[in-house]
Amino acid sequence: MKIKILAFGIVKDIFQSPRKELEIMDHADVATLKKVLEQNYPELKRLKTYFIAVDQEYATGPEILNAQQEIAIIPPVSGG
Amino acid sequence: MNIDIRITGEPLGLADCLDIVSDTACGGINTFIGTVRDHTKGRKVTRLEYECYESMALKEIRKICGEALSRYGIKNILVHHRVGVLIPGDVAVIVIVSDGHREQLFDSCRYIIDNLKQKVPIWKKEIYEDGEAWVSAHP
Repeated sequence: MKIKILAFGIVKDIFQSPRKELEIMDHADVATLKKVLEQNYPELKRLKTYFIAVDQEYATGPEILNAQQEIAIIPPVSGG
Repeated sequence: MNIDIRITGEPLGLADCLDIVSDTACGGINTFIGTVRDHTKGRKVTRLEYECYESMALKEIRKICGEALSRYGIKNILVHHRVGVLIPGDVAVIVIVSDGHREQLFDSCRYIIDNLKQKVPIWKKEIYEDGEAWVSAHP
């Protein structure tokens, strides 16, 4: 399936774009997505940490993804 | 008014915020104002660029405010955060809590700004005279 990913902050710089489309196996979970992303963008592994958000909620890893969800990469936040 | 949350590209005004929380039934107001510093680790900061995942940021701030209301028994909370380009001295965030005992007002205000800094998807890039960096991105 093809998923759309939103990128913010430093991840936007890594992707050189605020959004990316990515081909990933059907029913992949969030942990698998992170592995695929890190293979494609090794710079992600140099970040202090980063999270995946699914439909504007932090995901922890086992969540199953589908092509209709809003998926975003959340690098370390620094508001305030 | 109970919870007033705003993310805006416009300058934040303290007087306007105090008007919003003004409540004759309440005996105390506690305010935290976050401003842009002109230096980081010895480097001069010329400006900050804030960006935000707005739909999720609003959701996360709402959750934090809800937790603060039930945890501390306060009545009103205001959180306004500015995004876009800010220069040293500009106000980046205002948190106001009101109605409660002063212990709860201090504790809840701290709880809100601490959690905002940890969880809310807002990012700032520091621009120096000789370079730039996304704050906290790398270990």
